Amino acid sequence: MRPFTTLAAVAAPMDAVNVDTDQIIPARFLKYPRSGGYGGFLFHDLRFGDDGSERPDFVLNQEPFRAAQILVANTNFACGSSREGAVYALADFGIRAVVAPSFGDIFHANCLKNGLLPIRLPAATVAALRAALHAAPGGRIAIDLAQRQLTAPGGSSHDFEIDPHWQRMLLEGLDELGLTLTQLAEIEAFEAGYRAARPWRATLMPGP
Amino acid sequence: MTTPRTMFDKIWDAHVVQARADGTALLYVDRHMAHEGSHHAFRDLAARGLGVRRPRQNFATADHYVPTTGRRAADAASPEIAGMIETFDRNMAVTGITAFPLGDPRQGIVHVIGPELGITLPGLVIACGDSHTSTHGAFGAFAFGIGQSEMTHVLATQTLWQTRPKTMRISVTGRLAAGVSAKDVILAIIARVGAGGAVEHVIEYAGATIRAQGLEARLTICNMSIEAGARAGMIAPDDAVYTYLEGRDFAPRGALFAQAVAAWRHLPSDPGAAFDREVALDVAGLAPMVTWGTSPEDGVAITERVPDPDTLAGADERESARRALDYMGLVPGTPLEGLAIDRVFIGSCTNARLSDLRAAAAVLRGSRARVPVLVVPGSTAVKRQAEAEGLDRVFIAAGCDWREAGCSMCVGMNGDLVAAGERCVSTSNRNFPGRQGKGARTHLASPAMAAAAAVTGRLTDVRRLLGGA
Ligand code: SF4
Repeated sequence: MRPFTTLAAVAAPMDAVNVDTDQIIPARFLKYPRSGGYGGFLFHDLRFGDDGSERPDFVLNQEPFRAAQILVANTNFACGSSREGAVYALADFGIRAVVAPSFGDIFHANCLKNGLLPIRLPAATVAALRAALHAAPGGRIAIDLAQRQLTAPGGSSHDFEIDPHWQRMLLEGLDELGLTLTQLAEIEAFEAGYRAARPWRATLMPGP
Repeated sequence: MTTPRTMFDKIWDAHVVQARADGTALLYVDRHMAHEGSHHAFRDLAARGLGVRRPRQNFATADHYVPTTGRRAADAASPEIAGMIETFDRNMAVTGITAFPLGDPRQGIVHVIGPELGITLPGLVIACGDSHTSTHGAFGAFAFGIGQSEMTHVLATQTLWQTRPKTMRISVTGRLAAGVSAKDVILAIIARVGAGGAVEHVIEYAGATIRAQGLEARLTICNMSIEAGARAGMIAPDDAVYTYLEGRDFAPRGALFAQAVAAWRHLPSDPGAAFDREVALDVAGLAPMVTWGTSPEDGVAITERVPDPDTLAGADERESARRALDYMGLVPGTPLEGLAIDRVFIGSCTNARLSDLRAAAAVLRGSRARVPVLVVPGSTAVKRQAEAEGLDRVFIAAGCDWREAGCSMCVGMNGDLVAAGERCVSTSNRNFPGRQGKGARTHLASPAMAAAAAVTGRLTDVRRLLGGA
C-alpha cells in the first residue's frame, strides 16, 4: 500500500449530505477489473451527461478542482453499499484524503485498506472548510498524518483523531494481510480453545 | 457480580483473537459468505498465491448478476454479465468453498439463503462482502458488511481487524395496525434516527413489538439497519429461532444442537446492560410508510404530502432535499396518495421471503395490475414454497411477471432495470438516484403497499383496499 505521510493539495468542496456509494460509482461499472481505470467511473452520472459530455456544474469538472487531491464532503459521506469500487474510483481519480463530519462505516474501512485517508472533523469545522473553498477556489489544505493535524487554506489548524492501528498502517504503507499472516499460530491457538469451549461449533470447523 | 453485558458485548468478547491496547481487535469470523460481485477479492487472493484457509466456514451464492428469466449463464442480459457468472463458477471450483451456483436448488440472495440453510446461527460473527449482511443479526448474530480487501483478509485468515463499535438500543412498543408491517416500522425508525444516525453503532432492536414479530419480519428490520448507517443490527434469539434452525443443512445436529441452544440462551443482553444510546418508538398509530426522496430516511406516512424543503433546518439539507425532489419529479405539497406510478418491483433481501409474497398476493388476489409488476422471490426455495401454495398463480392471474430468484431490480446489475424517469414502487431498501437504473425514481414501501400501488397504478394506502382506513 502507498504510504500516506503528509499532503498539501487543492481541495474540492461537496456540499450534499448522505452522498451514497451508488453516486460515487454506479453499479454497472463494478463488473470491471480494477485495472480498468476506475477514475473514469467516479461520480459518473453526476459528472457526465447522457451523451458522455461533462456536466459543467459538477465540482470536479471545474477548474481548479479538476486537480483536487482532497475532497471536503458532508455528513454521512459514502453511505450505503459495501462496494470498494467507490474507493478505487476516488483513488484512481487522484483523491488521497476525504474530510467529512461522518462516513459510511464500510467505506471508512475500505479507505484505510487502500491508502486513502478519511478524516472526521466536527460538522461546523467541515462547513467552514467548504465555505472557504467556495469563497477562494484553489485553496490548499495541508495534512500531517503523524501529527494528526489538518491546516485549512486560511492557516487555522485542526487536530483530528484516527485509530493508532490504522494511522501506523497508513504512515508506513503496511500490508495488513501480510502482517496478520505472520500471526497464524495465534489464530490457530484461538481456534483450538474456541472449539473446545463450544463443542457444537465443531461443525463450523474443518473436520479432524 | 459481573458487569451486565449487552448481547453485542458477549459475542464480540468471545471472538477476540488479539486485543490491541489502542482498542482495535483481531476478530474471529465464524462464517463468511460471498457472491459473484466478490470477484476482486478472489483475484487478490490468487495474485498473492493464497488459498482459502477454512473452506468449510465459507459459503457463496450467485445472486447479484443472475438472470431472472432463466437459470443458465447464457440467459444473462449481456455476454459481459454472463461472464460474471462464469467467473464465479470458476472461482468456486478452485477455492473449495461450498457454493450455490445458478441452477442449484439452494441458490438465492445471500441474505435470504443464510438463514434458510442454517448458515446464520445465533452467537456467530458473520461477514459478507455486502452491506445488507446486517440482516443475519435477526437471529442473534453479529453480522456486518465488508469490502473486498477485508474479504481477502477473511478468506486467507478467517479473521478481521475491527474497531469496536458503540451500541444503540431501539425499543419498539405498540401494536401494529392491520396493513402495517415490519417494513413500515424500519422506515419509521430510519426517518427518526436519520440515514447517518447510527454510524459507528450496532443497533439492538428490542421491545414488545419486536418480540411479537415473526422471524421473516425480524430479518426485514435488521436488513435495513445499514440504511441508518449502523455497522450491524441484531435481535435477541428466542425459541422461534431455535425451532426454525433445527435440522437446517448447516446447523449443528442432535446432541450438538441441544448444546448450542443451551449456549444461545445466554446470549440476550443482561438486565441492566448499558447501551451507548437508547431510542424509543411507539408504533401504535403508525400508518403505512412510503419514501418521497432519494435517501431511505425520507419515509413518511402515505397520508402525508411531499415535504417542502424550505421548512428544513440546515442549508445543505434544504439543498439536498431540493435536488432530491427535482430528481424524483415531485412538487412540495403534493399528496403522496394518488401519485401515478409506472411500475412495481416486489423482491430483494428486504422483502422477498414467503411472508412478503403472501402479503402482496393477499392484496393482488382477484385484481389486475394496472402497471408492469416484477415479482422476484428471494431464493429458489422461496419460489418453490410460493408455487406449492399457489401464490405464483395469483401473481400471474393479476398480470405480474413471476421470475426466478436473484437481486434483480433492487440494483439492476443483471439488467432488470427501471427506465429513466419512470416511477417505481419497490419493496427493496435503497431509493438512491440511479439505484434501480439511471434516472429511475424509486419509492420504497412494504410488499402490501407495493401490491396496492400495482392494483391502482398509484401510490395507495393499502388499508383502503383491505377495507380499513
Ligand atoms: S437484494 Fe439488493 S440489497 Fe439485497 S443483496 Fe441483492 S443487491 Fe444487495
